[in-house]
Amino acid sequence: MKADTKKAGKPKGNFLSRLKANKELLILSMPGAIWFLFFAYLPLFGILVAFKKFRLSGDGFFYNLFTSETVWFDNFKFLFSSGDAWIIVRNTVLYNLTFIILGVAVPVVLALLLNEIKNKGMMKIYQSSMFLPYFLSWVVVSYCVFAFLNPEKGYFNAIIQQFGGDPVSWYTETKFWPFIIIFMSQWKGMGYNTVVYLASICGIDKTYYEAAVLDGASKWQQIKYITLPLLKPVITILLIMSVGGIFKADFGLFYQLPKNSGPLYPVTNVLDTYIFRALKTSGEIGMSSAAALFQSTVGFVLIMIANKIVSKVDNENALF
Amino acid sequence: MAAQNIQKTEAYSRRKMQKRIKKLEDEACKYNQIKTPTNIAFNIILTILSLICVIPFIFVIIISFTDESSLAMNGYRFIPEKLSFYAYEYIISAGENILKSYGVTILITVVGTIIGLLLTGTYAYALSRKTYAYRKFFTTVITIPMLFGGGMIANYLIVTKVLMLKDSLWALILPLCLNSFNIIVLRTFFKTSIPDAVVESAKIDGASEWRLFFQIVIPMALPGLATIGLFLTLGYWNDWFNAMMYMDNKDLIPLQYLLIQIESSIDWLANNKATMGVDGIMAAANMPKETIKMAIVV
Repeated sequence: MKADTKKAGKPKGNFLSRLKANKELLILSMPGAIWFLFFAYLPLFGILVAFKKFRLSGDGFFYNLFTSETVWFDNFKFLFSSGDAWIIVRNTVLYNLTFIILGVAVPVVLALLLNEIKNKGMMKIYQSSMFLPYFLSWVVVSYCVFAFLNPEKGYFNAIIQQFGGDPVSWYTETKFWPFIIIFMSQWKGMGYNTVVYLASICGIDKTYYEAAVLDGASKWQQIKYITLPLLKPVITILLIMSVGGIFKADFGLFYQLPKNSGPLYPVTNVLDTYIFRALKTSGEIGMSSAAALFQSTVGFVLIMIANKIVSKVDNENALF
Repeated sequence: MAAQNIQKTEAYSRRKMQKRIKKLEDEACKYNQIKTPTNIAFNIILTILSLICVIPFIFVIIISFTDESSLAMNGYRFIPEKLSFYAYEYIISAGENILKSYGVTILITVVGTIIGLLLTGTYAYALSRKTYAYRKFFTTVITIPMLFGGGMIANYLIVTKVLMLKDSLWALILPLCLNSFNIIVLRTFFKTSIPDAVVESAKIDGASEWRLFFQIVIPMALPGLATIGLFLTLGYWNDWFNAMMYMDNKDLIPLQYLLIQIESSIDWLANNKATMGVDGIMAAANMPKETIKMAIVV
C-alpha cells in the first residue's frame, strides 16, 4: 500500500486550489465516506460503553453515554471473574486455529487436485458442486443438517438403529459437536477458497512448468518448487487476515447450526454468541461491550504481530 | 472487393495458424500430465467431495415432497414412500407471511445491491484515479475499519439509538451495502482494466468525472461490477443477522429470519411432527433463486 500512495498526486498550490482541482472526485467519494463515518467510525464511540455503567433512557445515546457513571475496568473484571469467560475464549481460539489450518490446507490440496485433472469438463462440475454450499445461508444449512441429525426421524439415527445401535440425541450430546462444527465450516467454505487458490494457480506462467519438464522435473517436484512457492503471497495475506479474526467467530455457524441448544453451550459458546445472548436476553450492555472491545483489541494486536513477523521473515509478502 | 478477399484469406490463415499452435501446445502438455491411475484416484476423491456438498441439499428437497403421514411413520428417507405436494400447496394458499417475506427479501436485495454498487463504484473509482490528491486519506479511511471495529454492541447502539433505524427496512439495507473488502477488489479491478490513456483522452475531450464514471468506466468495468453485485446480492439474500438484531416488526421480516422464527416458535425438539415438512420446503423454496445465482457464476 505504501507504493500506491507514493505515486499519489503531489499537493500543488494551497489548500483551496487543491480542493477545487479534486472537487469532482471528492464529491464521488463522499457518499462512501459518509457511510463509513456512520457505520464504521461512529460505533467506535460505542467502545466507551465498555468503561461505563451504561443505562439506556429516552434521552438519546450520546447523552446517556456522557452522563452514565464511569467504572473503568469493572466490566472487564466482572467478565473474567465469571467462569464462562475461560470456556468461551478457549472455544473461540481453538475452533479458529483449526479453521485457519484447515482453511489453508484443504483448499490448496483441492485446488492442486482440480488443476491436475485431465478432463476439464469434470473440473467445472466439481468446482460448481463444491461451490454450492457457499451460496446457502447458515439458516438453510442448519435445516439440511437437522434432516440428518433429527433425534427422532433423522437419517443418521435411522442408520444407527438399523445396525442395532442406540439412537443418539444429537442436539444434547456435546462430544460430537466440535467435529460437526469443524466439518460444516469446511463444507461451506471449501468451494470458495478452492476457487481463490485455483485462480492464482491458473495465473502462474506456464513457461515455468515447461522449463521444469525439460529439466526432467516430476509432477511432485513441480508442485513443490513452482506452484507452492508462487502461491505463498496469496496464502500469507489470507493467513494474516485470518489471524486477526481469531477472536471473531462466524455467528451463524455457532448459533444457527446447533439450533441455539442449551446443553451444547460448553462446546458451542463463542465470543460472538456470548455477546449476542448477553445483549438480547439479559441486557448486560456494559459487560458484553467489554467482551466486544476485548475481541477487537486482541484481534488488532494479533494482526499487527502477524504482519510484523511476516515482514521480518519475508518482507515482500507483508500486508503493510 | 479484392481487398476484402485478401482480408478474409488473411484472417483464415491466421486462424489456421492459431489452431496449429494450440495443437502443438496440447501435445506439449501431454508430456506433463498425470498418469491415468492417479487421474482416476483424483476424480474419485473429488466426486465424493462434490457429492457430500450436494446431497444434504437434495435430501431436504426430497423431504419437502414426502407425504406427511409417511414422514411421521418412517422418519426422513432418501426414497419416500409416498409423494405429496401438500407443503407447497400450503405455502401458496395459506402462506401470506411467507409471500410477504419474499417481497421484503426481494426488495432489500434489489435496492441494497443497487445502492451498494453505486457507493462501492464511486468510492473505488475515486481511489483508482492516480491524480486524486486525497487518495491516501480515503484509503486510510477504509483500512482502519478492516483492522478495528466497534463490535456488535456498538453497532447495535448506533443503528438503533443514533440513526433511529430500528424496525425500518433501512436497517436491513444500509449496514450491508458497503465494505472495505469490496472497495479494494473493485479499485484493483478499475486500476488494471481501465487504461490511463482512456481516462486521459476523455478528460482532454472535456468529459467531467461524472461523465467519465457513468459513461466510460461503468461500461468498461462491467465484469468487475457484476462480481461485486453478486457478492452483495448474496449477502442480502442470505442475511438474517441484521433482521434478528434490528427487526421486531412482523410485517417486515425477510425470508431467512422467518425460517428461524418458525423453527423457534414450534419448540422443535418436543414436537416436530407436522411442521418439518413445511420447514423443509421453505428451505427448499430458497433453492431456485440460489441455483440461478449458481448458473450466473458458472
